[in-house]
Amino acid sequence: MEHYLSLATKAIFVENMALAFFLGMCSFLAVSKKVETANGLGIAVIFVLGVTTPINQLINSSLLKDGALAWAGLGNVNLGFLTYLALIGTIAATVQVVEMAVDKFAPALYAALGVFLPLIAVNCAILGGALFMVERDYTLTEATVFGVGSGIGWWLAIVALAAVREKLKYSNVPAPLRGLGITFIVVGLMSMGFMAFSGIQL
Amino acid sequence: MAKAKDIALDPLVNNNPIALQVLGICSALAVTTKMSTAAVMSVAVLFVLLGANMAVSAIRNLIPPSIRIIVQLTIIASLVIICDQILKAFLFDISKQLSVFVGLIITNCIVMGRAEGFAMQNDVKDSALDAVGNAGGYALVLLAVGFFRELFGSGSLFGVTILKSVNDGGWYQPNGLMVLAPSAFLLIGVFIWVVRMKKPDQVEEDFHVGELAHDAIHPEAVR
Repeated sequence: MEHYLSLATKAIFVENMALAFFLGMCSFLAVSKKVETANGLGIAVIFVLGVTTPINQLINSSLLKDGALAWAGLGNVNLGFLTYLALIGTIAATVQVVEMAVDKFAPALYAALGVFLPLIAVNCAILGGALFMVERDYTLTEATVFGVGSGIGWWLAIVALAAVREKLKYSNVPAPLRGLGITFIVVGLMSMGFMAFSGIQL
Repeated sequence: MAKAKDIALDPLVNNNPIALQVLGICSALAVTTKMSTAAVMSVAVLFVLLGANMAVSAIRNLIPPSIRIIVQLTIIASLVIICDQILKAFLFDISKQLSVFVGLIITNCIVMGRAEGFAMQNDVKDSALDAVGNAGGYALVLLAVGFFRELFGSGSLFGVTILKSVNDGGWYQPNGLMVLAPSAFLLIGVFIWVVRMKKPDQVEEDFHVGELAHDAIHPEAVR
């Protein structure tokens, strides 16, 4: 249990997807103008990461990994080179299925998240989560904890940035820095803040 | 001929993919701790972008609009797999350092954005020029950021010691912050600042450029 707790803390704070690995930056910068929309996108990311990372773990460990096809009598087949195609295909398909399911069974949730779901299929945080899972060879439970944890970390970062940017509107920023420039510098300072977590071990 | 020159040179500074279009930032920040990784990453992106732009442009009239995103993703993912296998075979050390970021070229918004925003409307030759220009603009920012981070962070360039650090008996005290994540954000912020001081027409009154670029890549999100 402690192992999973430590993995989650690490995914949320220490190795924050957005601030330590720069993943999902495009939407991180473009959708962080208002706290409300940032919150919606963040929750959608938690959801999709939490669903796709375990699915990808299953596909990777039972089909793609070196020797993974042993159950089918094909022990010496290594489909590792297909990893990228399989991962991105799974993510795109899962997002589509999740979108349809949410639309059917939870219309209220769909109204809140719907716009963000298709956007997320090409968000590098999702593919990044899957690739880290493959690289670090997580088990199914670890993959689930890691997926949800890194989603929460990303949500935390984007909501915090959106809050800062809402306040930033009232400041007199030098003209060439306005917009993108000052946003980068704010994110840099936030990232420095998150580095304070780096010594934490549970 | 003038048009061809514009297509290839415009993205270098005037319409830089990172500084102005807000595309492909994820990988730009992560691989810039060293010049060598930044250079390899730039070449990888050039290869994928060129291949994807030309392939998408060549079959642009055959792709049904409703499934164009998945077609583009498949083309891009196949090119990235080739790239990754080549790196693993010939540059294993660097491929280990780049870790997941080679795979992440698939979701690199520059590749998707140019395929969707340019190659779908233009012929193969123009798309190739556009790919070279955008990959060049990307490489320019990557190498500039990598230059400062490696020089001040480890006192070397491409692994060759320039400023001898205190640990090796020299005089330079390496700035540890430069090899960590925050410096990448700060340096790109300053880079944008400098570019926009030279080109006042790029100054934003409100933050809208990013949104426009974003809507161009993700038209389905605009409702």
